[in-house]
Amino acid sequence: MSTSATGAPAQQGAPLLDVRDLVVYHGQLRALSGVSLRVFPGEVYAIIGANGAGKSTLLRTIAGLHHPTEGSIVYDGADVTGMRPEKRATAGISMVPENRRLFPSLTLEENLRVGATFARSGPWTIERVYDVFPWMRDRRRQRTAQLSGGEQQSVAIGRALVANPRVLLLDELSLGLAPVIVQRIYEMMPQILSSGVTVLLVEQDVSQALRVATRLHCLLEGHTTLEGPPASFTAEQVEAGYFGMGEQAASAGSKPEGSEA
Amino acid sequence: MGWVNAIIQGILTGGLYALFACGLSLMFGVMKVVNLAHGDLAVVAAYIGIGVITVTKVPFLWSVPIVVVIMAVLGYVLQRSLLQAAISRGELTTLIVTFGLSIVIENALLQFFTANNRGIGVGSSLISASFSLGSGLQIAWLNVVIFLLAVVVLLSLQFFLSASKYGRLIRAVSDDREAAQLAGADYRHVFGIAAALAFSTVALAGIAYGMTTVISPTSGTDTILLFAFAAVVIGGLGSLWGTLIGGIILGVAQQIGAQINISYELLAGYIVFLAVLVIRPQGITGRRTQS
Repeated sequence: MSTSATGAPAQQGAPLLDVRDLVVYHGQLRALSGVSLRVFPGEVYAIIGANGAGKSTLLRTIAGLHHPTEGSIVYDGADVTGMRPEKRATAGISMVPENRRLFPSLTLEENLRVGATFARSGPWTIERVYDVFPWMRDRRRQRTAQLSGGEQQSVAIGRALVANPRVLLLDELSLGLAPVIVQRIYEMMPQILSSGVTVLLVEQDVSQALRVATRLHCLLEGHTTLEGPPASFTAEQVEAGYFGMGEQAASAGSKPEGSEA
Repeated sequence: MGWVNAIIQGILTGGLYALFACGLSLMFGVMKVVNLAHGDLAVVAAYIGIGVITVTKVPFLWSVPIVVVIMAVLGYVLQRSLLQAAISRGELTTLIVTFGLSIVIENALLQFFTANNRGIGVGSSLISASFSLGSGLQIAWLNVVIFLLAVVVLLSLQFFLSASKYGRLIRAVSDDREAAQLAGADYRHVFGIAAALAFSTVALAGIAYGMTTVISPTSGTDTILLFAFAAVVIGGLGSLWGTLIGGIILGVAQQIGAQINISYELLAGYIVFLAVLVIRPQGITGRRTQS
């Protein structure tokens, strides 16, 4: 089928990102226990879950910052499980890390230029980022430490975009930001998608994730509780998947593998 | 006149100390590596210079770029192998590894070059030439040249760090290694570049030291490393121009000490060093990084 019942793009063709049975430990702590997901081109794939559910660990493992003890990560048909993070970045997996992580002693423009240093060829340039965020042009020589949280988040997104990624990983964009600012940042999602970038995001703010996502994946203590188009779940199912009450009720939605087959 | 002389000589000596210090400061600022073999590597550079001149018979000035390139390559290789391995095992490990490296270098030098003092043969004209500034003020041209060299090195380093692609990456990696990786930068390679840069300054420091005085295998830790540490701490860690200010303060303190009593030369330098540590532990410039 070309579209699902809910109007979301179907998961068809070859997945851009195919994560299988990922197990990740932080020391003794098992952060992820066999998580699988497939992201297809053009999707906005949202991973939700409470604090400590393993969302960020999952994203950081896909970016190469953590190493799984089991499982594999296939990107664009090639196994990248053992690949170094900088190699994944130049191959087209860019991440906006949690808490922005800008370079504080560099100016706004220098931050973007670092992002563009090893860029693939593509539509995004520093100029285009300035077109999307016109305020940046006037303040490009400022240290990023002088910017507000929302402004810093925009710079962090810009820094990832100028690398011209095929997959953009967004880790907790809304963390520590006022709802109005979060709203404004998410408003640029269509512009990102129209440039051909596929988005995989992690979000604690469920309503925000539901608003933008074409596909939802809920984690609970390192396990998958829900996976499927957001409209296929009731609010109660999402709540159950998020907080872990009555997990069985949620399985009516779909399971990671074979749901669209 | 003696005091004015002491201050002027102290300032000029400060240039040499800044040369000692800037490589140490760079390695710490970027990689958080306290390189205890820093002074020994400068001595190695001086011995390489002596070797290049005696073996190839090139004029002294030609030997300088050769030594700088050799040391830069050595810096990159050492960083990518030994130092990188130490960094990934924790900060204390780098301290132990560079301490060990220092002992190995010193003993290797003793083995191959004996404990005898040596100087770099420049041709006597520059070494001994001086000019007079009024009554009793004799300034050695060599000290002026080394001071200017230090200023040029610091200016070039600053320009490289602020304006070049790799300079920007070095600052980015020293800010946030992981975020730089996410932007596609291999921080190990960037560290290697920074080490090559630091070792180039070490080469110049070693050659300059070998010209002003004689060197022996132990000069590295006896003198260069200690003065470099003092200059860095007085000036402020991680600040390039702080190393020049720190070097000058150390040089002037030493010369004033020597003016009072010749045996107070080193003591006066370390008293200022300790005073700065107590009163202003972040150093004169007092900022973590300055670009």
